[in-house]
Amino acid sequence: MRVSALIPKYPEPETYMGHTHYCPGCGHATLHKLLGEVVDELGIRKRVIMIEPVGCSVLALKYLKFDGIQGPHGRAPAIATAVKRLRPESIVITYQGDGDLAAIGTNEIIHAANRGELFTVVFVNNAVYGMTGGQMAPTTLLGQKSTTTPTGRFAEFCGYPLRVCELLNTLDAPVYLERVSLFDVEHILKTRAALKKALLNQIEGRGFSLVEVLSNCPTNWKMTPEESWEFVKNEMTKVFPLGVFRDK
Amino acid sequence: MSRVYMKGNEAIVEGALRAGLEGFFGYPITPSSEIIEGLAERFFADRERERRGEKPMYPKFRVFLQMESELASINAVMGGASVGCRVMTASSSPGISLKQEGISYIAACELPCVIINIMRGGPGLGSIQPEQGDYFQAVKGGGHGDYKLIVFAPNSVQEMAEHTMLLFNLTDKYRTPGMLLADGYLGQMKESMEFPDVPIEEYEKPWAATGMGDRETQNTIEFLFLTPEPMVEAKTRLLQKYKQIEANEVRYEDYKIDDAKILVTAFGTPSRVAKAAVDQAREKGVKVGLIRPITLWPFPYQVYADLTTHQIDRVLVVEMSFGQFVEDVRLGVEGRAEVKLYARYGGIVPTEKEILEKIMELV
Repeated sequence: MRVSALIPKYPEPETYMGHTHYCPGCGHATLHKLLGEVVDELGIRKRVIMIEPVGCSVLALKYLKFDGIQGPHGRAPAIATAVKRLRPESIVITYQGDGDLAAIGTNEIIHAANRGELFTVVFVNNAVYGMTGGQMAPTTLLGQKSTTTPTGRFAEFCGYPLRVCELLNTLDAPVYLERVSLFDVEHILKTRAALKKALLNQIEGRGFSLVEVLSNCPTNWKMTPEESWEFVKNEMTKVFPLGVFRDK
Repeated sequence: MSRVYMKGNEAIVEGALRAGLEGFFGYPITPSSEIIEGLAERFFADRERERRGEKPMYPKFRVFLQMESELASINAVMGGASVGCRVMTASSSPGISLKQEGISYIAACELPCVIINIMRGGPGLGSIQPEQGDYFQAVKGGGHGDYKLIVFAPNSVQEMAEHTMLLFNLTDKYRTPGMLLADGYLGQMKESMEFPDVPIEEYEKPWAATGMGDRETQNTIEFLFLTPEPMVEAKTRLLQKYKQIEANEVRYEDYKIDDAKILVTAFGTPSRVAKAAVDQAREKGVKVGLIRPITLWPFPYQVYADLTTHQIDRVLVVEMSFGQFVEDVRLGVEGRAEVKLYARYGGIVPTEKEILEKIMELV
């Protein structure tokens, strides 16, 4: 028996094309790969229409092979609303960062969630504006330094970190809200499971699902990738506890 | 076809549905709200019909949604246009200001859609009386970057319907957004009208992001470049399209201009009053005619140039703002004639008597 016969054959990824531009250690590439794997597994690639945000993942459709739309900053949920209602047979995903979803697009996400729009939101929370060079995000932790909070974020000047899952959990319509992370293999696999569940909710017509993914930004946090994941694990999860907030 | 008595905003609703409207996304604002209300009434009546097992009256009109904001409305329109559907939004001046970000993206991504602006008084909250102060933001590009909208300026309830229908065809034809620019008077006015015969032109949309299906290549709706060269190429394509529209789609009405020595020019509501004033001046023996642009972009510069080359040396511009349209008239006239402006702003429609006086001052 040849040794190669013992190596299991994995299917070639269809959706995830790799070769991303992201900084070394960034969570986006991992998350793109997970999303691609889940889309492949569910066999929905040819039905997907993904709305890209404005932010580091503005080029996500260069790495994920399905149709999509690059919308204005924060407006992905409004675009996705029309796309899903006019093309109900499609699988609609928005992929949004914290500045996009939780600052400039707060209105759009709250109302889309409140209407129970039948699409899936992948919300990447890394507590900073990455693409523009590390400014304060609505999710920046208290005391955390950014280029616009050079001495750390103080509540009396800029309020508190915004908890999106908890906020949306006050609404009646959403069917699934979960916060996951990517700081170790166990949590990466949990994220994969959450993405699959959120997409299944859409495929089966159950309702609005959002997966919040705690991720990192080693470049703007001025940390090594290892330090950044330690920060996610030890500091971010204190403010943004992991878990399922809604599953109905 | 029989005549009906209808309000301008209702004529837009009926025109859009006859043009095959598939999705409407809007936000209420006076004096345009009859459009969102009229569409809601028809949409939900159809859902009731379906519940009773009857056929819907407007089977194509599948999505109606009152959105949370003007921004959400225009972005929903972007989504609907991206997946290849005939979509529309309607608002009034302050709401249109809010939509400008989305309009810029829609123009950049070459998406067809129809945007209705029933103009009210501005700036700021202004008033709900009619003005024409949104001329610049409609015609010169109210959002960021280089782009154009096909802009129609109706002056009757019938044209409110007709221009809406034409805009659906033209925006699909050229893959570019269009705006119906009407003042609040036209939106609220009722008059007898007849539905024009504007057949629905069906255009293939192989570019639409509908999910890959049998395609091997992705369809992505975007306008983002990391280096100048591809952006120059994409923008040049846009520019060439705009030049094509300028060459093919200019529309205007002329009235009694054959022997005219004086030209009156206006669009929208003031153009109707001006027409009556031209008749009155003619009765007094004054050789005066009227040019009414129907498309504000592309603008009929050439007709002003031609008329003022040998024939006309005095032009009276009537408009309901400080004077915005007058700037394009001057660009057409290029100094060949004296251009006088009669500007009525703040929500007052100029009267026949006033315009006649202004004409007589030029004699």
